Parts: sequence; C-alpha cells; structure tokens
Amino acid sequence: MTALQGQTPPDLSGRNLSFRRAFANRAATSLIALCVLVAALPLALVAWEVVSKGASAWSLAWFIDEIPRNYRTEGPGMGPAILGTLTITGMAALMSIPIGVLGAVYLNEYGKNKPLARFIRTMADVMTGVPSIMMGLFIYVGYVIVIGDKTGFGGALALACLMLPIVIRSTEEMLRLVPDELRQASSGLGARKWRTVLGVVLPAASSGITSGSLLAVARAAGETAPIIVTVGLTYIYKPDLFDGQNTTLAAQIFRNASQPFAASQERAWGAALTLIAIVFVFTILSRIIAARFAIDKR
Amino acid sequence: MTTTASPESPPQVDLGGEARSRRTDKGFTGLVALAGLTVLVVLGLILVTTSVQAWPAIAHDPVEFLTGTDWVPGDEIFGTLPFLYGTLVTSVIAMVVAVPVSIGIALFITEVAHRRSRKYIVTIVDLLATVPSVVFGLVGSIVLIPWVTPIYQWWAGVVAPVPGLNAIFDETNTGRNYFTAGLILAVMCIPIITSISREVFATVPEIDKQGAYALGATRWEMIKGAILPHSFGGLVGASMLGLGRAMGETIAVALVIGGSLTVGTNLFEPGNTMAAVIAQQWGESSGMHTEALIGIGVVLFAITVLINFLARTVVRRAEIKMKGAHS
Repeated sequence: MTALQGQTPPDLSGRNLSFRRAFANRAATSLIALCVLVAALPLALVAWEVVSKGASAWSLAWFIDEIPRNYRTEGPGMGPAILGTLTITGMAALMSIPIGVLGAVYLNEYGKNKPLARFIRTMADVMTGVPSIMMGLFIYVGYVIVIGDKTGFGGALALACLMLPIVIRSTEEMLRLVPDELRQASSGLGARKWRTVLGVVLPAASSGITSGSLLAVARAAGETAPIIVTVGLTYIYKPDLFDGQNTTLAAQIFRNASQPFAASQERAWGAALTLIAIVFVFTILSRIIAARFAIDKR
Repeated sequence: MTTTASPESPPQVDLGGEARSRRTDKGFTGLVALAGLTVLVVLGLILVTTSVQAWPAIAHDPVEFLTGTDWVPGDEIFGTLPFLYGTLVTSVIAMVVAVPVSIGIALFITEVAHRRSRKYIVTIVDLLATVPSVVFGLVGSIVLIPWVTPIYQWWAGVVAPVPGLNAIFDETNTGRNYFTAGLILAVMCIPIITSISREVFATVPEIDKQGAYALGATRWEMIKGAILPHSFGGLVGASMLGLGRAMGETIAVALVIGGSLTVGTNLFEPGNTMAAVIAQQWGESSGMHTEALIGIGVVLFAITVLINFLARTVVRRAEIKMKGAHS
C-alpha cells in the first residue's frame, strides 16, 4: 500500500487538459500558496516592528536597572521584570512538570484505554483550550483571596495550571514512542512496574519530555492575563514570591503599551523584544533537544 | 548463544524486601493516578470556586446579568450582553478569515510544497504560535491601528451606497474596533487550526489520492474529490478549536478593541469582549464589580469548555471513522 508514491502519473501531463480545468487548478494552487503568504506577513510585521523598535532600548542598564516609577520618565530599566518572568515561570515549571509527567505516566502506563484514563485525556485536551484568564480568576478566588494579597506565587500557580495539560499531553506522546520491548525486557529482569517506569521508560523518553516541557515553559512565559489578575500591575520585583505584588515582562508590556507616552511605549517595545528573545531561546532549545530525540529513535 | 543456566528452578533473585517493593509499587500507582486526576480536580475546582465567588453578582439580578445591555459598576448594574455580543462578533470575523487561510496552509504543506520547503512553512506557522499574545496586542495597538483607520474610512465610503454592507461597514473615526480585534484573533488562531487540519489531512488514505490522480484528476480536482470530503468532519472540529481559542483570547483584544458598550451592526465601531473587559477593569474593580467580572469569566469558561469538548469529540470521531475504514 505504502509503496505507491510519486505525485503525478507521467502520461497525463497538463497539455491535454481543457482550459477550464487547467485554469481552476492553477487558480486554486495560487490561492493555496497565497494563504501561506497571509500567515507569513503578520509574522514578518511583528518581527520587524519588535526588533526595529525594541533594539534601541537594549543596553546594559536595560537588563539591570529598576523600572522607572513614572510612565513619562525616559530611559532604560526592565531588570525587575526579567527576573520576575524567570522566577515566576520557573516556579510554575517546578510545580507543573513533575505532576504533569506523573499524570502522563498514569495515562500511558497504567490507565491506557480505561474509561477514566480516556476521560482524563479528553479533559486535558479541553483544559488546554481554557482561556488563560480563567486560570488567573481561579487562582485569584482560590488563593489570592484566601491569602489576602496578590503575590508572585499566585501567578506561578496560575501558570502551572496553564502548563499542566500541555505537559501531560506532550509527555504522553513521548511515552507512547518508547518501544514496548524495553518495558518487557525490564519486567523480564524482574523489575517491578515502578522501577520499570522510573528506571527504563522515563529515561528513554527524557529528551522528548524535556522538549515538550520547554515548549510549555515558553508558552507560560508569554502569558499576561493570568499575571495581571493574580500578581498585579506594578513596577517592583520582589525575590520573595510570597511577599506582595510582583511583575513580569508580559505585564510590563501591557502596562506600558496602554499608556500614551512615548517613553513608556518605548519601554514596552524593549520589553517585547526581551520577552520574545526569552521565548525564542526556550523554543530553540526544545527544538534542538527534540531533534536529538528523533535520531535516538532510529 | 551460550546457555549455561541449569534447567532446574529459576535462580533466586529476590534478596528480601519483597513486601516493601510491593508496597512501593502500590504507592507509586496511587501517586501517578493522583497526578492524572489533578486535571479533573483543577477543572472541577475552577468551575465550583469561581461560580461560588461570582454568585452574589449574578444572583443580584440574573436576568439583567445575561440580557442587560448596561454595565454601570458604580450603580451595581451588570448587564453582560454587550460583551457576549463582542466576543461572538470578533470570533466570527476571526473564523471567516482564519479557517480558509489555515486550510489553505495545511493543503499547501501536505499536497503542494516540496519536502524541503515544507519544513520552513511548518516553522513559520510554529513561530506564529510562539509569539505572546501581548506582543500581538502591542503591534496591533501602536502600529496597525494608525495604518488601518484610513483604510476603514475609505472602505466605509466605498460601500456607503450598498444597502446591507453599509450597515456592517459604517463610518468610523477609530481603528480600535471589532474588525481590528477580529483580524488579530484570526492571526492568532491560524497555527492551531492549521496543525489540526494537517493531522486530519494526514489521515486521508494515500490510495484515494492516487486513485483520483489515476483517473486523470488535476491536483485541485483531487483535493476537491478525495481530500476535502474525507476531512470535512475533522475540519469542522479544527475550526471549533480555533473558535474556542478566539473567544478566550484576552490581552491582545483588550489592547485593540477600544472598550465601549455597543451592540450594533457596525464592525468599525469600538466594542468589548468578555475576556477583554475582565483584563481592562480588573485593576480598578472591587466588591461586586470584581464578582461580576468573575461571573463573566464563568460564562466564558462554560462556553469555551463546551466548544472544546465538542470539537475534540468531532475530531476524534472523524479520525476513528477514517482509520476504521482503511486500517
């Protein structure tokens, strides 16, 4: 079946086509190609604008200095937000990745096709579609109100909720790629299931899991809505995530972009470039690790 | 190879700790099951806690909450219809633009592009997915809006004599409106619709495609006759997933939609959406105002979960149907 390859049979070249059919084919193909252009255009626009407007803001001081208190104050300073993005996203990763990986182990190694596992799988898919602001509202009600203050940790919790289904689903895909022979060999040697999972299955899938988790981190780092709901919109970073309002790059972009002042908008562009750079690094890392995994698989 | 083991009883491997190991096994099973259940627990908790918190604002005047067109937090008037309307309008615009484009890209990747260029196009779409939504909002609000405002005004002038169209594209003095928000949402939905459509197209049996070519079909006739009929269900599911994404998008919309209370046919009017209003008013809200905003979130949550659930079911059913037919 799969032996049939090759796109067009050689004999039926376009010369014998009626004009109408040839024209329809050409027109449709060009329209389809145009669609790619339509997608590439906004990407190019975003990349051009962010790089050209954001690059001028970058300097050593940009990465270290505090964020000016007044929107109108010109000059650099996004250091607190960079730290905030890294720590809050890092904390979220610390919570969601272990739970997500274990959840995926349940789905692929224990639950398999049981009704419960199938239900969890569907709901994890549904959860990836839950609007991110909803995770913020949930943590606001379930954590911020209880604690009585918006904190960086609240933001981390919200981001963790956001990352959880992504980590679960991508990890499960990777676990599915681990050949069954490995599991059988491990059981054959007398290992119990938990040893098989921890000692054989997870290490075999480790690079794929890392790659999927990095993608989840990249997505969480760019989230704004849950941050402004649970962390607040301020300009101060606090290393202690449990101590009051905090800030991230995404929140700074939103905060500065909605102001009409040139100085704050320039900071918004600089922050956007910084954020995209961070997201990009995570994405590239994930790609590199995933490519390695693909080679291992052979 | 070498079989040195004696044929007698199997070697004694167990060196004690049998009971402990069994207990560890049980414990581990429980642990992973618990981790799997977190998804259900979190989803359940989201629904329950936010509903309970929002209840006072909804119960304050339930009819007003769902059908009222006035939103005056100071007087405790919470009518969310304008936001529901804005969400629907912007996501419909997004779908009208994004669905054909995404299907086109998916077709280009699976049927038209050469193996080598395929990779680059996939990368473009993936990169589009990694751009944070706030950056789309930033580019939209600062760069795009000054550009599109004169275009909107010109277009409104062009269609002014056409009945019907002139109600949809009426005069405007701002680019911060439903239409801009819809366009940005479309860009943000393209990656997800494209990737699901590609998965769907991949399930079309190679035999059908080759069969169409063998009968002398052009590429477009093959797509029309073999691919699209096969994938219809899956494409509906993919579009619904995109719709769910569009309805829940917050920050990009909050930055470009303007933020006014309108329920009108003019797409060039400023408006607001459910998700965007939460982000815009969150900072200055308190008391029942906050509860009402959470209430909007609950309604949005219910809608998006329903859409996503249906979409996943449709996609899965379509895939099963196809794989079942040609195993």
